[in-house]
Amino acid sequence: MSIMIIGAGLAGLSAALTLAEQGTACTLVSAQASERAQSVMAEGGINAALNTMGEDDSVANHVADTMRGGVFLADPNAVRGLCAGAPAIVEKFYALGVPFSTNQNGIIQRNFGGQKKKRTAFVKSSTGKMLMTALIDEVRKYEVRGLVKRLPHHRLNTLHIENNTCRGVTVTDTFSGQNITLSGSVILACGGMSGLFEGLTTGTTQNTAEVAALCLEQGVELANLEMIQYHPTTIGISGKRLLITEAARGEGGRLFVNRSGKPWYFMEEKYPELKNLMPRDVVSAEMVAVTARDDCEKQVWLDMTGIKKKVWQSRLSDLRAQVMHYLAIDPQRQPVPVSPGIHYFMGGIRTDAAHRTSCKNLYAAGECACQYHGANRLGGNSLLGAVYGGKTAAQTVLQEAQPIDPIAPCADIYREASPRFRAAVSNILGRYLKILRCESELLQAQSELNALEPSAQNAAEARLLRLAQATVQCALLRRESRGAHRRTDYPDTDPACQKQTVVNRTNVFYRDIPKETE
Amino acid sequence: MKLLIEILRQADAVSAPYRQTIAFEAQPEDTVATLLTELNTADGLCDTNGKPVGTIHWQCSCLQKKCGSCAMRINGVPRLACDVKLGECKNGKLLLEPLRKFPTVRDLIVDRSVMMENLKAIHNWLEQHAHHSQKAADLSYDASRCLQCGCCLEVCPNFCADGSFYGAAAFVPVSRVLSQLTKDKPQELSALYKKNIYGGCSKSLSCHAICPAEIDVEQKLANSNAVAVWKRYFK
Ligand SMILES: Cc1cc2nc3c(=O)[nH]c(=O)nc-3n(C[C@H](O)[C@H](O)[C@H](O)COP(=O)(O)OP(=O)(O)OC[C@H]3O[C@@H](n4cnc5c(N)ncnc54)[C@H](O)[C@@H]3O)c2cc1C
Ligand code: SF4
Ligand code: SF4
Ligand code: FES
Repeated sequence: MSIMIIGAGLAGLSAALTLAEQGTACTLVSAQASERAQSVMAEGGINAALNTMGEDDSVANHVADTMRGGVFLADPNAVRGLCAGAPAIVEKFYALGVPFSTNQNGIIQRNFGGQKKKRTAFVKSSTGKMLMTALIDEVRKYEVRGLVKRLPHHRLNTLHIENNTCRGVTVTDTFSGQNITLSGSVILACGGMSGLFEGLTTGTTQNTAEVAALCLEQGVELANLEMIQYHPTTIGISGKRLLITEAARGEGGRLFVNRSGKPWYFMEEKYPELKNLMPRDVVSAEMVAVTARDDCEKQVWLDMTGIKKKVWQSRLSDLRAQVMHYLAIDPQRQPVPVSPGIHYFMGGIRTDAAHRTSCKNLYAAGECACQYHGANRLGGNSLLGAVYGGKTAAQTVLQEAQPIDPIAPCADIYREASPRFRAAVSNILGRYLKILRCESELLQAQSELNALEPSAQNAAEARLLRLAQATVQCALLRRESRGAHRRTDYPDTDPACQKQTVVNRTNVFYRDIPKETE
Repeated sequence: MKLLIEILRQADAVSAPYRQTIAFEAQPEDTVATLLTELNTADGLCDTNGKPVGTIHWQCSCLQKKCGSCAMRINGVPRLACDVKLGECKNGKLLLEPLRKFPTVRDLIVDRSVMMENLKAIHNWLEQHAHHSQKAADLSYDASRCLQCGCCLEVCPNFCADGSFYGAAAFVPVSRVLSQLTKDKPQELSALYKKNIYGGCSKSLSCHAICPAEIDVEQKLANSNAVAVWKRYFK
C-alpha cells in the first residue's frame, strides 16, 4: 500500500502519525516545513468536552453547540464523531508534552465563542504552535524509523485521476524544479483557500488555493465555497490582517462603539446570554450593523483593559506582546481598534464523514476539506477538526487502500499564478464576497472575473480564476442568509436551503445533508 | 521614503551571485516582507542600471513572526523580513542577502533542511509519556516556541552546516523534551546531546541575543546541560 499526504500542518501530521502508529509508511509532502504551516499560528485553543471546569459539560453539549454554531449545515454524524473523539485527542497532546495548565480535575479550559461551557483547552495564546511542536517531534520518531518520508519543499503539480479514481500525484521540488511521480492513495491536507484573498486574511501566504483549483479542474467536487468566515477582531497591518484571538473576549474583553459620544457595549445589550462571545458570524454582522448607524462612529473597539493582571501574565502575555509589537498599543491600558477580516474557509473539498472525497482513492482533511463546521466554524473546533479529520482519513485509507499500478512519470513543468494575477483575483473577490452580499454585486463580481479570463497566462491562472468563479456561483445559488453567508436580498434563513452547495467541473447545485443515524 | 535597496541575487543553486540595486518609494511603517511583495507586483520594475528586476525569490508564510520562514540577512544581521520595519533604515539604504550558513537555492531562499536533519540525528522526541511538572511548564512553553528560523546558527561561531555541532536551533527544542523525561527512563537523547551540543558550544551566547522569538536561549542551554549532563531531572 502506498500513501501520499499533501500538506504537513496539523491535519497532515495527524494522518501521518496515525498511519505510522499502525506500521504503515507514507510520503508527507509540503510546500514548506511543518514549522511554517498555518497551524502554528493558531492561538486561542482546541475544543474538547473534558468537563474539568465544574460546569457539567458533555459530548452532547459540544455537538449541540457545533451544530447550532454551524446553523445546521454540518453532517450531524460527522460532528458526533468529532466531539466524541475530542477528549482523547487533547489527552494525547498532553501525553506528547503540550504544557496545558491543569487544575485538580485535569486540563484547564477557557470560554470561547458560541459555546455555553468552558471547553477550550489552551496554552496562553500560542496553542497551535504548542500542538505543532509536540506533533512534529512525535512524527520525527517515525521519520527516523523510515515510516514517514518527508518531501518538505514540494508543491502538488498534478493529481492523476482516471475514471473518477485517483492513482497518484506528481509533486515538484520547488528548490530543484524536479518532478516526482508517486502512485497510491492520496490524502489532501493542504489548508484553507487564503490564496483567493491575498493580503486580506489572517492566514498564511503558503496556502495558495492551488490544490482546490486542481481538484475542481479534475472534477473533484467542492462544497459550500460561499461560507467564508470573517473573524470579528482583526486589524490591518503591513501586508495582512492580524488576528486578535477570541481568547481576548473569552478572558473578559468587551466590544464597544461610541454612540452619541458614549461607549455602547452593543453585544452585551443585544445578546445577554453569550454577550461578546456569540458565534463569529453574528458578531461580525453586528459590527457592520452598528457602524452603519448614523448615531455611531465608524470604528468598533475591543476593550481588554478590564482583564486582570494575573490573567494577562499567565494566559495572554504573548497576545499583549504581539499587539504592542505590531500596533504600538498596550492592550492592557488602551482599547484596540478592530474590524472583521477573513479568517477561515468552512467550504472546500467535499468529504463524507470518513473523509472520502467524491473521487475514489482521494481523501481530504483539515481546513481544505468541507466538514464539521457547516455555515460557521466555532473557535477551537478547527484545530480539533484538523487533528480528528487527519486521523479519520488515515483510518479510512488503512481500511480501503488497494495496490495501484505504477503510473508513468509526468514531466509537466510546475506552473503557478503570477503575483499580479493573484492580486487581480483577490481584489475582485475581496470587494464583493463581503460579510453582506446581494445578487447584483455578486453578478458584478462574476462579470469582472469573466473579464479576467483573457489575461490568464497559464493553466494555473486559468484554474485559480475558475475556482474564484465557482465561489461566486455558490454564493449566488444560496438565496438565503445562513451563518457566514448573509444576503441583503434574502435576509432570512430558508429551511429549503438547509443543504450543501456543491460545485464540480460543469455544474453548481444543492446536495442534501446526511440524515442523523443512531 | 526613498529607499535604495541592494539585493544579493542568484538565479539558482549553481549560478554565480550578483548584486542588484533598486530605487523604490516605500512606506516607513511597512516591513521588509511587504516591500518584497510590492517589488514583485510592481509594473515593469527596473534596477538603477535600467535592467528589469523580475521576480525576487524569497520565502514567507505567516507574516507575523510566527513561522521563521522569512529569515534573511537584513543590513548584515540575520532577522525576519516580517519583523523589520523600513523606518529602521536610517540612511535610506537596505541590504538584503540570503543567510550564509546554508546553501543558497535561489535569491534569498536557502535550504535549511540541515536543521531538521540534526533534530532527527539527535533523536529529539519522547519515547514515553511526558512527565509534566510546574517548573518544566514554562520552560516547555518557551522552548516549544522555536521557529527553526536559523538566525541563531547564522551568528554562531561554532556551527557550520556540515559539522557535528548543532547549535541553539537544536538545543532549544531539545530542552523541551529533556525537561519532560524522568530519571528511571533515560533516552539516547542525553548522550547525543553531550556529543553534538555540550561538547561544541563555547557559550558566547550570540544565539541568545539574536533570537527573533526572544526565547530565553541561555536558560535552555543551562537546563539542557542540567538534565543531559548532570542528570538533574525535573521533579
Ligand atoms: C491567526 C490564526 C489563529 C487561529 N487560531 C485558531 C484557534 O485558536 N483554534 C482553532 O481551532 N483554529 C484556529 N485557527 C485555524 C487553524 O489554525 C487552521 O484551520 C488549522 O491549523 C488548519 O490546519 P491544516 O492542517 O488543515 O492546514 P495548515 O496548517 O494550513 O497546513 C497546510 C499544509 O499544506 C501545505 N500546502 C499548502 N498548499 C500546498 C501545495 N500546493 N502543495 C503542497 N503542500 C501544500 C502547507 O505547506 C502546509 O504544510 C487559526 C487560524 C489563524 C490564521
Ligand atoms: S552559545 Fe555560542 S557557540 Fe553555543 S550555540 Fe550559542 S552562539 Fe553557538
Ligand atoms: S532558537 Fe530562536 S533563533 Fe534559533 S531557530 Fe529557534 S527561534 Fe530561531
Ligand atoms: S513570514 Fe513567518 S516569520 Fe516572517
